[in-house]
Amino acid sequence: MTANPQSEFILELEAVSKFFGSVIALKDVTLRLRRGEVHCLLGDNGAGKSTLIKILAGVHQPTSGTYRVDGEPVVFRSPRDALDRGIATVYQDLALVPLMSVARNFVMGREPMRKMLGVLRVLDQDHASRIASEKLSDMGILVRDLDQAVGTMSGGERQCLAIARAIHFGARALILDEPTAALGVKQSANVLRLVARARQKGISVIFITHNVHHAYPVGDSFTLLNRGHSMGTFAKNAISRDQVLDMMAGGLEMQKLMAEFGVRV
Amino acid sequence: MEGANPSSQPPPAEPAPAAGAVSQASAAAPQAGSAAPPPGADERVRKLSRFQRVMGRPEAASVAGAVLVFVVFGVAAGHSGMFALDGIVNWSTVAAYLGIIAIGACLLMIAGEFDLSMGSMIGFAGMMAAIPPLYFGWPVWLSMLVTLACALALGFVNGQLVMRTGLPSFIVTLAFLFILRGLTLALSIIFANRTIVSGIGDLAATDPLARTLFTGTFGDGLFTWMARSGWVRTLDDGRPLVRGIPKVIAWWAALAIASSFRLTRTRFGNWIFAVGGDATAAKNVGVPVARVKVTLFMFTAFCAWLFAMLQICDIGSAAADRGLQKEFEAIIAAVIGGSLLTGGYGSVVGACFGALIFGVVQIGITYTNVNSDWFRVFLGLMLLVAVLFNNQVRRRVTEAR
Repeated sequence: MTANPQSEFILELEAVSKFFGSVIALKDVTLRLRRGEVHCLLGDNGAGKSTLIKILAGVHQPTSGTYRVDGEPVVFRSPRDALDRGIATVYQDLALVPLMSVARNFVMGREPMRKMLGVLRVLDQDHASRIASEKLSDMGILVRDLDQAVGTMSGGERQCLAIARAIHFGARALILDEPTAALGVKQSANVLRLVARARQKGISVIFITHNVHHAYPVGDSFTLLNRGHSMGTFAKNAISRDQVLDMMAGGLEMQKLMAEFGVRV
Repeated sequence: MEGANPSSQPPPAEPAPAAGAVSQASAAAPQAGSAAPPPGADERVRKLSRFQRVMGRPEAASVAGAVLVFVVFGVAAGHSGMFALDGIVNWSTVAAYLGIIAIGACLLMIAGEFDLSMGSMIGFAGMMAAIPPLYFGWPVWLSMLVTLACALALGFVNGQLVMRTGLPSFIVTLAFLFILRGLTLALSIIFANRTIVSGIGDLAATDPLARTLFTGTFGDGLFTWMARSGWVRTLDDGRPLVRGIPKVIAWWAALAIASSFRLTRTRFGNWIFAVGGDATAAKNVGVPVARVKVTLFMFTAFCAWLFAMLQICDIGSAAADRGLQKEFEAIIAAVIGGSLLTGGYGSVVGACFGALIFGVVQIGITYTNVNSDWFRVFLGLMLLVAVLFNNQVRRRVTEAR
């Protein structure tokens, strides 16, 4: 896929809605991801973050609205289609198989092949191990043993493995679903460093979180979702961390509520 | 407030596990050996010995079990002819029949599904292949190929039903266990007015396809030569007692090698592990989960068909009750071979050793003076031990540290 240099945005969702039966998961949400930026998608539980990223990743198709990649409208039938366009998603469950080795997980779905005896197409296991170890150390991740099962790794290690894998397999746009949600402070910092490093490599990142303290240092722009609606996109220099926090926590709604109860703010 | 949260709250939480990890590491250090970890390596890694690594493989237990079984019968029945050439052919034929369906069951189990209709499929395929040549004058090869197409179609239906409804394969294929068995009985009565049809063996012996692939033995020349050289026991007329290697054993070996290769060395094999380990994860990285599973349902149907074709050519008849409980035996062999019932872990080699244990014990027990009723008791116990052992393996591999 050749990138269309005319388009300033790598991914665009234009007035996208998604209904599940009577449930309105998303309503007229617009999101634009600039090339090479870290775009934070913030929202409380039930805001529609998961639905939004599933649309981006090709798991769901929008009920209405358009989805553009490099400026051209696309319809993804499966995650595979999105992957082929260089859009990789790292889910909260990380899409890692605990019983499989680090190396096999790293290449899962995109296994390197070689010809055995000139005819049989087999897995190139050496190549798989080599790229896994190279790419992981490239991202500053030390893996104890590439043959160890992923089930034996810690949460932070798994997160980093999943991100490094997505980057390796040609992700131009990386969607990270709450990558720091279950992590301690130190491990979160590692993941944030990894996000910054991905940006340095020219990868555009959508970073989903409800933790402003994680989003603000690394993000270039912020889109806030609330109950299926977008509350707007803000560049970093246009908004302070407190403002983001206020909007996230429903600060305006809280003020309205307090006014209703007659509490002076 | 934004400064206060990250700086004041977490630090008390963070040092505690860190300190714990350090003390654990230093406590573990003496056990791990005196070698200091190389710079940059993780101090929490303990080097496993070669023995521990080998024992961590899925097929380790079944190989050990097979060795144990050989030793036991070597002592108990070593003088009885069980390990003479004809004895070996005897139990390895039993093992080969089971091995063929165990390989199918094993791959499907690694992919996280069951096929309980395998046994019924054996009866169904056997009757379906035998009746047309005997009653409608079809050539045997045509009948066999039509049966194959039908078996694959049924496997496809099984797989599609499981994938599209999301129902457990246990239930869906349990339904087919009854449907196929009932159909076999009902249709045999309709078309042949009996539930056992004989005479297919004679027809198969002259059929180009059946004769080449299923009937009799191979390597006869080698055995004749060995008989002439006096290396193997002969009949009174000088022909060898064992004419050759039964073709079922060759099929078993070929299927085992091909399947094991497929599982461990190819992309499709990686996908089998992936869909069984975590189907959602596999789907999210672009593995075609439904295609992998449906293919494997069709493969188990193929294995059942192969079993049936070999059996009707060997026995010379087909019966509606053939393959009874074979689905369980296949699953038992796969589990003894180290496959996890929950999927994502296992080995074809293990399943073959599971089948071998089965064959050796089932036939071996008749060479001893132990009542053969004990065979089932032994089998149940073996299964129980294997499951407990496998559970332990899974816990060791998946437990997060």
